[in-house]
Amino acid sequence: MSTPALSTRGLNKNFGSLVVASDIEIELPQGVRYALIGPNGAGKTTLINLMTGMLKPDGGQIQLGGEEITALGPEARVRRGLVRTFQINSLFPHLNPLEAVTLAVCERQEVSRTWWKPITAYSAEVDEAYGILKTLMLAQVCYRQTRELAYGQQRLLEIALALATRPKVLLLDEPAAGVPRDESAELFAAVTNLSQDITVLFIEHDMDFVFRFASRIIVMVGGRILVEGTPDEISADPRVREVYLGSAHHG
Amino acid sequence: MTSTDGALAGPQQYLRAQQRWRAIEIVFWLSLLLPFVVTPNYLVLASQVAITALFALSLDLILGYAGIVSLGHAAFFGFGAYTAGILSKHGWGEPLTGLLISGFAAGLLGYLMSFIIARFRHLALIMITLGFGFLLLELANSLGWLTGGADGLQGVKTWPLLGMFKFDLWGVTSYWYSLIVLFILFLVCRRLINSPFGLSLRGIRENAVRMRAVGAESRAHLQKIYTISAAIAGIAGALLTQTTDTVSLGVLNFERSADVLVILILGGAGRLYGGIIGAIIFLVARDQFSGINPQYWYFPIGVLLVVVVLFLPNGILGGLAQIVESERWQRWTANLTPWRKKP
Amino acid sequence: MTSVLGVLFDGFAYGMLLFLLSVGLSVTLGMMNFVNLAHCSFGMIGGYVTVTLMNSMGWPFLATLPMAFIAAAATSVVFERTMFRRLYRASDLDQCLLTIGLVFASVAAAAYIYGTIQQPVNLPSYLRGSYQVMGVTLGAYRLFLIAFSLVVTAVLVISLEYTRFGAQVRAAVDNQRMARGLGINVDGAFAITFALGSGLAGLGGALAIDIVGLDPSFALAYLVYVLIVVSVGGLGSIGGSFVAATLLGISDMAGKYYFPEIGSFLIYLVMISLLMWRPAGLFGRRA
Repeated sequence: MSTPALSTRGLNKNFGSLVVASDIEIELPQGVRYALIGPNGAGKTTLINLMTGMLKPDGGQIQLGGEEITALGPEARVRRGLVRTFQINSLFPHLNPLEAVTLAVCERQEVSRTWWKPITAYSAEVDEAYGILKTLMLAQVCYRQTRELAYGQQRLLEIALALATRPKVLLLDEPAAGVPRDESAELFAAVTNLSQDITVLFIEHDMDFVFRFASRIIVMVGGRILVEGTPDEISADPRVREVYLGSAHHG
Repeated sequence: MTSTDGALAGPQQYLRAQQRWRAIEIVFWLSLLLPFVVTPNYLVLASQVAITALFALSLDLILGYAGIVSLGHAAFFGFGAYTAGILSKHGWGEPLTGLLISGFAAGLLGYLMSFIIARFRHLALIMITLGFGFLLLELANSLGWLTGGADGLQGVKTWPLLGMFKFDLWGVTSYWYSLIVLFILFLVCRRLINSPFGLSLRGIRENAVRMRAVGAESRAHLQKIYTISAAIAGIAGALLTQTTDTVSLGVLNFERSADVLVILILGGAGRLYGGIIGAIIFLVARDQFSGINPQYWYFPIGVLLVVVVLFLPNGILGGLAQIVESERWQRWTANLTPWRKKP
Repeated sequence: MTSVLGVLFDGFAYGMLLFLLSVGLSVTLGMMNFVNLAHCSFGMIGGYVTVTLMNSMGWPFLATLPMAFIAAAATSVVFERTMFRRLYRASDLDQCLLTIGLVFASVAAAAYIYGTIQQPVNLPSYLRGSYQVMGVTLGAYRLFLIAFSLVVTAVLVISLEYTRFGAQVRAAVDNQRMARGLGINVDGAFAITFALGSGLAGLGGALAIDIVGLDPSFALAYLVYVLIVVSVGGLGSIGGSFVAATLLGISDMAGKYYFPEIGSFLIYLVMISLLMWRPAGLFGRRA
């Protein structure tokens, strides 16, 4: 088997006496679709923060494509292809989507260091940004300020920004969070249509989508991995049922 | 204005349209020539305005675009002013090279400072910029042998510009000189703002966390813009020295840092023209009310700041832009000029 | 040798003054992250209240102190309720600008009402003399200032540690979101803390008259010192403010005494170096 796209070994993190990640071992093979599920407070977003370098782990290692990245800052990890989206929109409110995605493309191409040439001189970058927006059905609104966009469009822009960095591994933190059920189809379609070259780990509460889309599922509870397996194995696992029935009201 | 008709255009056309020179910009710059004809007795004031506008423009780069709060930007203005003055006092009064050397010196200081600035945010950043401003003021005060201390630098003599134009009492040469330097550096800033680098700066201002998540080199960007801004502020300071042939500790004090902040906020930060509009209003108003005790002058300024923050968050230019972009205004002008109506 | 002790004593008294002026800002900054640059303007109100009551109405010095506290606290509440609260979630820049605007306006207003001269204050005779202890001259007023500040510090620490209100304030400084989640009325607690902190600044302003003088530039000149105390001590930390104010008071006094040429220069240099070493301050937990 080839090197996993992303793997963690013995990842630990405490906030004071609160254990938010305990001995996390994950291996994501290239190109898979992994779902990360678990009740609220299980440490799912914390795990993404640890993987992307937004939090420093207390112990353990993270490898991207076989390369040790534990000591790298978030920017350096993004440049190596480990990219995330945010559960709560984290966008550029006063930039329009075209500017925002062009920015991300320019940063990737390292042309954002140049200050003597106008952005119109970089037509390849602009076209690439526009192309990404088009595939995510944002072309119609791409000259509007981000803060004026509909909420669902802002969620799509989250994904667009991530794609502009050409990720190898993409960590999606509840891509459809806050979007009404009947409007979430667009977002799930966007996730489904992601290139097969991208390895995807996503947190999601919509179990229909999780079981339809994920090739494997990781269940987290209380900062630990409870079980990992195929959708069939997970749905048959009594421990998972217990966790979900026990805290069903948390959604 | 951008949302409806722009959506039909391709991204290239849209961006080109965004960066095009507008008629009103050209009119604005031409109108800055009016003082030569209309108010020839006020050219000294006009050059003060141009210099202050340049200083405000330098602050706009870091504050309006990159979102770095600075309460000590006079440090670079003053450093440039003293560099030009000391050069001239020690026998090199040639203005253009003096300007370049001063800008370079201030830029170097800014570059060194940028290593510190880029690491901090919030209160620590405010304190560091404030403390650094005071530090330089105290330093200039203590180094009396070099700076003249509290008495100011004596014996500054600037040579004629290009060897031909003497700096006259009426400020004709001064205003030409300041205005041309302002215009050239404005062009530089305009180009910078419209570059990929300028876009990244706005990204840092809008959401520094997200910039990390798109892999941006935010720290390098911040250091670069801080250096450029410091250099421009230094050039503004050198202009002041060369057009007045004096340097005093006033170029470094807190009031100067605060004034330029007020000017920029009043005019509208993050719009390039905000600093220029603010400088015109601020300095002309101060000139008109120069009869009253300068102590009282800060009362209306203070109230104005409060009002701007609470009710006009984007300054005068931002307020105007909001009116122009509002639907009512669009409808109104469309009725006025029916030929502009779209089919 | 005696001069060293003398400088230490004067510096400590000066530090206590800085502590009174800044502790309120430290706690409110820790709670709301609101950068209130007008804090010393409230302090100045206290100073002018004392001067007015003493010189125009013949009140005794000690009787004016509670009034200085109340006037500063009351004024600050008006501003907090009408302006500041609208900017709690705004950017640092907006907070800075609004409050620096208030500083400018307050400086000009004080100049208009009282002129730009230093205000005289006639201390009662029992605060005027000095005592000789082992060859060191201890000013009676400075002794009073130190004792007074230590009592205030003790009251602050005890009420913050052992009262219900103190616990709420500590929770809000620690983690505002969690405090709200626990049902603590953070906004209400903040308004009261804000008033108390400004009142202490008013007290500091009144007590400062005899040491550093009072003129309209007070609001700006001491703002820098207060900000140094707050940022070096660490936000929301009373102990940190106490230590930082003491250090600043003593080193400023010593600097001006021994190195009059570069005295202030050293202060800023030390502050910047300290912040570079610990951006969150000596006792702060977050930047």
